[in-house]
Amino acid sequence: MNRHLISAADLSKQDALLILDTAEELAQVADRPIKKLPTLRGRTVVNLFFEDSTRTRISFEAAAKRLSADVINFAVKGSSVAKGESLKDTALTLEAMGADAVVVRHGASGAPQRLAGWLRGSVINAGDGAHEHPTQALLDAFTIRRRFGRGSGEALDGLRVTIVGDVLHSRVARSNVWLLRELGAEVALVAPPTLLPVAIDGWPCSVSYDLDAAVPKSDVVMMLRIQQERMNAAYFPSVREYSRRYGLDTVRLRQLPEDAIVMHPGPMNRGVEIAAEVADSPRSTIVEQVANGVSVRMAVLYLLLGGLEAAQ
Amino acid sequence: MAHAAHPAGGQPGTTGDSVTNPTPTGGPPDRGPQAHPKTVLEAAEINRALTRIAHEIIERTRGAEQVVLLGIPTRGVPLAGRLADRISQVEGRAVPHGSLDITMYRDDLRLRPARRLGPTQVPAEGIDGQTVVLVDDVLYSGRTARAALDALNDLGRPLAVQLAVLVDRGHRELPIRADYVGKNLPTSQQEVVRVLLTETDGEDAVLLEPVGAAAQPRRGGVTGRRR
Repeated sequence: MNRHLISAADLSKQDALLILDTAEELAQVADRPIKKLPTLRGRTVVNLFFEDSTRTRISFEAAAKRLSADVINFAVKGSSVAKGESLKDTALTLEAMGADAVVVRHGASGAPQRLAGWLRGSVINAGDGAHEHPTQALLDAFTIRRRFGRGSGEALDGLRVTIVGDVLHSRVARSNVWLLRELGAEVALVAPPTLLPVAIDGWPCSVSYDLDAAVPKSDVVMMLRIQQERMNAAYFPSVREYSRRYGLDTVRLRQLPEDAIVMHPGPMNRGVEIAAEVADSPRSTIVEQVANGVSVRMAVLYLLLGGLEAAQ
Repeated sequence: MAHAAHPAGGQPGTTGDSVTNPTPTGGPPDRGPQAHPKTVLEAAEINRALTRIAHEIIERTRGAEQVVLLGIPTRGVPLAGRLADRISQVEGRAVPHGSLDITMYRDDLRLRPARRLGPTQVPAEGIDGQTVVLVDDVLYSGRTARAALDALNDLGRPLAVQLAVLVDRGHRELPIRADYVGKNLPTSQQEVVRVLLTETDGEDAVLLEPVGAAAQPRRGGVTGRRR
């Protein structure tokens, strides 16, 4: 394991499986009367969120607290960043406070990488721009592995994963493509041509524009959120048309193979990329994904902070 | 920190490189005469020791009715299973057994890179109000047993906790003792006790060898490289 977790593409198959296997053991803690382990006592984890987030920040906070770490939530609103403080000065402040790990979400791709160069502690990327969101990909892989009844040590070989929607603005898609591929799954992207990044040819996955053709060949369908807040141009004629062509409705749900599952990283736009009936169907793993997120983040924090001082 | 003022925390250099075996004349290459492991328990002796421990557990707990056996990974787990089998043969009913991983409760986590976790499987009966017998292969410093007590504390409140080990090699660093011992084995701290079990290593044996030999990749659970 590296000292930081910046990108899912940095993870070897061995690293990824170690994280998933560790998460599998740590998931049991959630079922205990005392949901706490003493492992990270005396360590400080800072949540540094420059963008809004509910589930990721709460998930990291719950994970750190279950491992007995001290958690400092640094919300940018109301902080000195609002007064114009630079990222580097913020980093030096955190350093002086003795942060052992900084969980960072930032609107700019590459911000965690820069931060890692300034800090002695570990940096965990909780989403940077349209670049990566590695813990989301890990929790998705964990959810897939569990749903398909595979246990510790097993990878995702032979499973076909289709990722649908706004790939252009999605850090979740990028992290998932690299991680799921490393774990042996076949990954296919389905999106309107306008919502695919320019360099898509270099990604280790297939690309198509027709959701109806892809659905019957998928074990997993992962729907991406349409990121209105990042859209500065008209990428499709209307929301209604997008929903007709690329939304997962009950008709398409019936075309899925028998054991197939439906995933969504949240937050959902019900009725746009996913119909409400689909989101609430037994095939949907959306609520599980949130619970699994805590276990996977506990595993990441333990593996980065639980051993020998990282700097050595 | 518990280990701050303790000799065990400060001597990590026993990985074998620093140990110089006197070079023998005519000995096999790469392995001096000291490097030869000595078999201290053979399969039949391990069998007998476990059978005796099983009977002692039954006697001490008056029929082992409220007993849960929890093995500490890796080699405590198959030992707990074997003890449970023997007790149920005598008493004619199933005895709950499982495993208890103590990695997250260790006091030396910060001395090494993060370790892989072992399995924790507590039987459905739980441990509240039961007599928990912790099972491990070797009792040495007592730190594993201490960590196991902490781990149990987070799982429930047993009526009593007892400790069963296949080998007690001495050199305790904490006020901990075993209730059931397969064999008391006087050792030097320069030696390594290696436990082999059929379930994990393909054969049953307990070996004693000098620390230097542990540098060679070998099968079996090692107790004694920590200091």
